[in-house]
Amino acid sequence: MIEAALFFAAICYGLALLMDLWRISVGPDAADRILALDTMVINFIALLVIYGIARGTAIYFEAAMLIAMVGFVSTVAYCRFLLRGDIIE
Amino acid sequence: MPLYVEILISVFLVISGVFGFVGSYGLIKLKDSVQRLHAPTKATTLGVGGVLIASMIYFIAKTGHISIHELLITLFLFLTAPITANFIAKAYIARNMREGELPSSGGRYGWAVYDDPPESRPGS
Repeated sequence: MIEAALFFAAICYGLALLMDLWRISVGPDAADRILALDTMVINFIALLVIYGIARGTAIYFEAAMLIAMVGFVSTVAYCRFLLRGDIIE
Repeated sequence: MPLYVEILISVFLVISGVFGFVGSYGLIKLKDSVQRLHAPTKATTLGVGGVLIASMIYFIAKTGHISIHELLITLFLFLTAPITANFIAKAYIARNMREGELPSSGGRYGWAVYDDPPESRPGS
């Protein structure tokens, strides 16, 4: 039963990643693209945790933690660049 | 692993998958940029929270002791999601709206994108 639920959740997050990619390629404003990138990072964390449950190891949580931190910093850096024209003043 | 634990993990996984899907579907469905900000920042964060709860229950049932990594990831995501949403909204306002188009901020100071921060008095 857990296998079927993992399969369903992985399909859901895979489709979500595809929709984020569509918004990144189409998005009329730069804020939309940044938002879609941030959503992609969060969806990928979920996908990585699902893969960790499926493999039965806890190794992937460190990778998920690192990706969460890098994704947050990159989102803030993009927004700072749009707001100020510079990241570190 | 007992049956009710498997049912609990599966329910959390299915709910979180639906929430993640709805968050990204709102990203392509909603009309305006500021409307689009709503769907991923709330639904997707909740979806990731569900996956992490399912993972925590699974590893407690499998190994017998509590793993703290998932709680760290959940805490980090729930702390940073409002900050990123605020930054994206500020970037949108700074690029797309002039100062006259914005409604009144409702407070004593204007919008943070255009006004200087208020003078901070020590001790007040």
